[in-house]
Amino acid sequence: MYISVKKIPMTLATIVIFFAFLHSLAFGSNAPPVKGDVLPNMKITVPQNAIDRSYLGLERSGTFTIPQIKATIVIVEIFSMYCPYCQKEAPEINRLYSIIEGNPNLKDKVKLIGIGAGNSSFEVGVYKKKFNVPFPLFPDEDFSIHKCIGEVRTPYFLGVKINDDGTHRIFYSQLGKFKGAELFLELMLQESGLKQEK
Amino acid sequence: MKKHAIGIVTLIVISIFLYSATALCLSDAYKNNIYNPGNLKPIDSVLKVHIGDPAPDFSLPAVSGGRISLDQYRGKKNVVLSFVPAAWTPVCSDQWPGYNIVKDIFNKNDTILLGITVDNIPTLFAWTNQMGALWFPVLSDFWPHGAVADRYGVLRSDGISERALFVIDKKGIIQYIGVGNINKRPRLETLVRELEKLEK
Repeated sequence: MYISVKKIPMTLATIVIFFAFLHSLAFGSNAPPVKGDVLPNMKITVPQNAIDRSYLGLERSGTFTIPQIKATIVIVEIFSMYCPYCQKEAPEINRLYSIIEGNPNLKDKVKLIGIGAGNSSFEVGVYKKKFNVPFPLFPDEDFSIHKCIGEVRTPYFLGVKINDDGTHRIFYSQLGKFKGAELFLELMLQESGLKQEK
Repeated sequence: MKKHAIGIVTLIVISIFLYSATALCLSDAYKNNIYNPGNLKPIDSVLKVHIGDPAPDFSLPAVSGGRISLDQYRGKKNVVLSFVPAAWTPVCSDQWPGYNIVKDIFNKNDTILLGITVDNIPTLFAWTNQMGALWFPVLSDFWPHGAVADRYGVLRSDGISERALFVIDKKGIIQYIGVGNINKRPRLETLVRELEKLEK
């Protein structure tokens, strides 16, 4: 059985499409988002914990997307319970949260969440308890969110600016390292434009 | 037509194999230092011990110096043996840093963790240094190569070990065996559930 010369372009196109399809299945969006992008469509389960729900300004159940969080900017940490750098930096990220919460000008505008790449609810719970993490952490046991954002290494930080009309854009997308709570917060305020708005 | 069908099936199988690597060992702590062996045969050995058997004793050199034998914990501590396939590979490089933050769970269940690979001491020294200070002993089953892994029936045909967990009680009896897919990290909650069943 031979392929005729006329059919070669069609056969090649089929093979390319087939591989592209497999690739999209396996890696989602493949590349990490860049500044100016919008987030891929990733749904997160609303936390059962009332304190976390209140912090994020979310309804009682179901799923949510990050732009639905009641905030002007959301800082997302992609972490793993199994990541030594994440473990080491956890106290400093907690301090970032405390600085934000202690500032009346920022408290309701800047929110912080963590997504545990490949971590079960139990594993995220262990990490939260071990490091007394005060902000909401979410499991991503099947790596579905992690695949959506290009299978980044950890810890990875995304900064998302949410506009009044409900649209959003990513203003920061970077693999750690985290160089201290104050410097990082200053960077977030600068990059998001929130500093000028104050 | 039949050749076409075989070709398409082969293409699909190869493609799925190539794209099925799991996204583990994500930490930037390792950067480009992890060798990815690809997707391996999930299990490639046959267990030689069973739940309820006395755990075979061994004495292995520890990265921290000296030797550690299983027997020294008899009557004193429950023991978890965590065999991981090889240093500087995905999954393995994640698993122990995770165990490193749950010392309290092991303590609560009066259990010591012994990490074992078939790598030699210098390799294990360099590799575990990347993980930070581990609270549990790491043992080298390098020579005679993989002898302890082989006694437990978790030495694979290529000389590395399975990703395996053995929970041994204070009487030296095996209470749990977990030999999972080498390409995947075992869920922490499964191990914790087994530890909670042990006599304290």
